[in-house]
Amino acid sequence: MSHLNEEQLVLYYYGEETAGVEDHLGECEACREGYHALQRVLNSVDSLPVPERGADYEARVWRNVEGALPRKRGFAERWFTWKPLLTAGAMAALVIAAFLAGRALQKPKGPIVADSQVRERILLVAVGDHLERSQTMLVELSNAGTSKGGQLDISYEQRAAEDLLESNRLYRQTAVSAGDNATASLLEDLERVLLEVAHSPSAMSEEQLKELRKQIEDQGILFKVKVFGSQVEERQAAPPSGSPVL
Amino acid sequence: MEDSDHVAVARVRAGDEDAYRLLVDRHSRSVFRLAFRMTGNEQDSEDVVQETFLRAYKQLHRWEARSSFSTWLYRIAANYSLDLVRRRKRHGEVAMAESAGPEDDAVQALPSTAPGPDRLLFSGRVQECVASTLNELSQQERTAFVLRHFEGQSIEEISAALGLSGNAAKHSIFRAVQKLRRALEPLVNTAS
Repeated sequence: MSHLNEEQLVLYYYGEETAGVEDHLGECEACREGYHALQRVLNSVDSLPVPERGADYEARVWRNVEGALPRKRGFAERWFTWKPLLTAGAMAALVIAAFLAGRALQKPKGPIVADSQVRERILLVAVGDHLERSQTMLVELSNAGTSKGGQLDISYEQRAAEDLLESNRLYRQTAVSAGDNATASLLEDLERVLLEVAHSPSAMSEEQLKELRKQIEDQGILFKVKVFGSQVEERQAAPPSGSPVL
Repeated sequence: MEDSDHVAVARVRAGDEDAYRLLVDRHSRSVFRLAFRMTGNEQDSEDVVQETFLRAYKQLHRWEARSSFSTWLYRIAANYSLDLVRRRKRHGEVAMAESAGPEDDAVQALPSTAPGPDRLLFSGRVQECVASTLNELSQQERTAFVLRHFEGQSIEEISAALGLSGNAAKHSIFRAVQKLRRALEPLVNTAS
């Protein structure tokens, strides 16, 4: 009789796979012991404390949320809905301006190498954030379903995509001028997908949504962004060296 | 609760913004618990709660009535927590340093019939070990594990929430369990 492996036991613990496991546990003492050991560990995880919230917690959350809900905003406040998006574009422009100014002013020798590394790291962080925002938007779009009328309103994502497009162009041009072809190529792929989202109809049918998802999948952009994100983390964790990081 | 969530969402969609308060009242504590298990940081968890309800409001037209509102809400919270922790890591901040929260408060909150000092000491060590092991998991492992273990979401729901294949979601959970097992087994076995 072959024994159950750990994966089967984990799936059984969470009720994901029960076929045959229960019978086996009834007959096999070794697997039963293994399962009890797993149970003890996973049950002990439940002891992790979470800080208690006060009695007025819900009211406090509501006060904060209510003040920021889009429908209650006047003209001046509506501007703030766009503020994070505008800020992202402005940040991209600032980071790139600082990067290019630093390159223009850079002297050929001496401790400036360290400054250039700092600048390039700042740019790396900014590109990482940009990719993460793009990834979040694309994952949300990929997971969205159409409503009862068979239509999906993607106007929120389109506004985000338009803003991301602007930052993307700036970051791509900077990557090209810094000679970082890998980053430039990823940003070029991302640009194509962002363009698709920005220029799609804002109310999409199930078919149109499927087509858009297919285009996102065909580009493999989510996978590429995830891989790049892990590489960015590794490069950030690595001690500074003489080579450029972007 | 799910039925009344459906009613509340229908009211919000019909323009009754105050009905959204009902959803905030029902779910803010559980979203906070999820966020704290994901980020390990109290302040970040507060930010996650607020941002989750704002994002959910803006995307309420996307929620499909055949699915559970709380599962959909947790998906938004988990993704935002994930972004937040990644961003903190990238910016070199240590967001998870608070780990399991104020232990002193937890001890003070115990009733007078609490277990004896040995048991408390042991339980404190287990909590500490759980918190530090969770902090050592990759963000994907931690998110998948928290959603499966604490929130009871299925592997299918987790893979949809994180944009992963079913196998990748499953393996993230397995790796998380293996790491927890390596760290906790010696401790919990001494007690049994």
